[in-house]
Amino acid sequence: MSKDDGTISKKRFMEELRRYQKGSVTRRHFLGVTGLGVASAVMGAAVPGLRPRPAWAAGDIGDRVILATWPNYHDEANFDAFTEATGAHVQVNVFGSNEEMLAKLQAGGSGWDVFVPTNYTITTYVDEDLIAPLDTSKLANYDAGSFEQRFSDAGSVNGTLYAVPKNWGTTGFAINTSKLDGAPTPTTWKEFWDLTMGTYSGRTMVHDYQLTTIGNALKYFGYSFNSVDEKELADAEKLLLDAKPHLFAISSDYQPPMRNGDAWMTMCWTGDGKQMNVDMPEIVYVLGKEGGELWSDYYAIPKGAPHMDAAYALINFLLDPAVNAKEVLAHGYPSADARTNALLPKELLEDPILYPAADLLSALEFGAAATLTDPNRAELLARFKSA
Amino acid sequence: MRQLRRNGVLLAPAGIWLLVMLVLPLVVVFIFSFGERGAAGGYVPALTLEQYANLPARWTAFKNTLILAPLGTLAALLIAYPLAYYLAVRCSPKWRTTLLILVIVPFWTSILIRSYAWIFILGGRGIPALLEMVGIDEVRLINTPFAVLVGIVYGYLPLMVFPIFVSLDKLDKRLLEASSDLGSTPLRTFWQVTLPLSVPGVATGCMLVFILLMGEFLIPAILGGGKVFFVGNALVDLFLQSRNWAFGSAVAMTLVFIMLVTVTVYMKFISRLGGQRDDISLM
Repeated sequence: MSKDDGTISKKRFMEELRRYQKGSVTRRHFLGVTGLGVASAVMGAAVPGLRPRPAWAAGDIGDRVILATWPNYHDEANFDAFTEATGAHVQVNVFGSNEEMLAKLQAGGSGWDVFVPTNYTITTYVDEDLIAPLDTSKLANYDAGSFEQRFSDAGSVNGTLYAVPKNWGTTGFAINTSKLDGAPTPTTWKEFWDLTMGTYSGRTMVHDYQLTTIGNALKYFGYSFNSVDEKELADAEKLLLDAKPHLFAISSDYQPPMRNGDAWMTMCWTGDGKQMNVDMPEIVYVLGKEGGELWSDYYAIPKGAPHMDAAYALINFLLDPAVNAKEVLAHGYPSADARTNALLPKELLEDPILYPAADLLSALEFGAAATLTDPNRAELLARFKSA
Repeated sequence: MRQLRRNGVLLAPAGIWLLVMLVLPLVVVFIFSFGERGAAGGYVPALTLEQYANLPARWTAFKNTLILAPLGTLAALLIAYPLAYYLAVRCSPKWRTTLLILVIVPFWTSILIRSYAWIFILGGRGIPALLEMVGIDEVRLINTPFAVLVGIVYGYLPLMVFPIFVSLDKLDKRLLEASSDLGSTPLRTFWQVTLPLSVPGVATGCMLVFILLMGEFLIPAILGGGKVFFVGNALVDLFLQSRNWAFGSAVAMTLVFIMLVTVTVYMKFISRLGGQRDDISLM
């Protein structure tokens, strides 16, 4: 059987797939609020001519695998290679927050095979019986010993492995230093909020995400990033409400306004900070001295995943150090896998945005499970937005 | 009997559809609105009015919706009416079809993409940059209520144009001649003949736009930058972020209730206007 005897060739298929992957405007907030990522994935399934032909290699794992992940977080060439090798086409659903992923799984019928939860959410998925334990015999490329432990231990709950590490990173802020008029670059969250209500009024963005927006407001007062203390949350809420009239937007889609100059400062994740800094050196990435978030994302399989074999095949494929190294080069988020890092160029491993200095890192906190389920934090952000 | 059975067959598809897709979900939402949020989110059965008592926490969202939805409807009407009038009355039939198609063409692209385009038009490198060239500095458009209003009018304009066009298109032109023969100025003819006869189109257009706007969430989310919050946005947040289904249901039921009341009052008002029109035509 020739590979190209169908109505559409493999090459043509990948071109078509790329086209609407590009068309789906991969922006975190945009896709988050609109569900266009889901829509484009559904479209991919609905157009029969675009489906790959049945598998001819690596055993029959079906013709598709559905991945729920974050935007700008993969190398599309790797997905092409996976399809080429297995015949299963990767449908990508893009999400804007852990809350939204949890909401979709709680509502049932998500149809996902693989999803990408952040460290602090995994125990909740286990408690809610939404996540399947992983069978390591199907993950030949998973080598527990090669991962830095602090970025991999959240994957195991009560001794059972539920998730394997994808990437890790930090949450700091990005600031366009050309608008500082010679003032020194801020280094703390206190300065972030003071600038917001001062010379950067109308030019600052905060995430549309309870963990980081509330967490970094708590940092203004020196409280824990993860606080669920009522008095401390009340202080944070007051700060947020005071700052709200000075904000440019409450949105996790901060790259476009930062790049075109509408916004001058924003809460920011490692990879986005790196991407903006590469193109516009005047935008620098800062980790607040008081601390903030250190996070680690994982690959996991939801209970009742419709294409279980394909799910294992995809995770195993992405854990391959050579594949993983390409991922890191594409998205700029560090990997905790020593085998992957051995394949990466030295400049990248020494990059201060990806690998911050030890004293900055030590001040950071991992998100706590309590923040995901705490009703006060969820309601606080909702109140802040609707105020 | 046979007649009855035939009617039953005719109505069954729509009836079942409405029951399964509208009535049952509404009943579920109604029941949920008296419940409580689960520990990790979701819904826990209960019988409490707590969720309704918490409604003031979303007052701004209701206020924004109740101000911007009627305002958007009015703005769309003021822009759509002259256009529809031109298309139906003034435009040569040769061009009419082409122009009507041009009104529809934007619908071929998703409202999402079109709203996103406005981010760049209203953003710092769009209209404000042009204004700067003529010396008007520091104009902020994006992420303001004005930006949301622009997006709303842009997105919903065709829904307003078409019903008005249809009612004006059906208008018997001989009535206009008669009015003119009887000595009316063109302006008086418009006020006393054309406008009253187009009331059904105006009423339909306004209702279509207003009802859809009350549930709008996309345009405020994209052009309001999360700062201009509609009830629709509050609902998205309650179900997809804070996972408070009980409170979300209470907000949803309240919105449904407000819509029922406003639409009922509106229909009463319109049917009275319609009655007046009948009187006129009888004279």
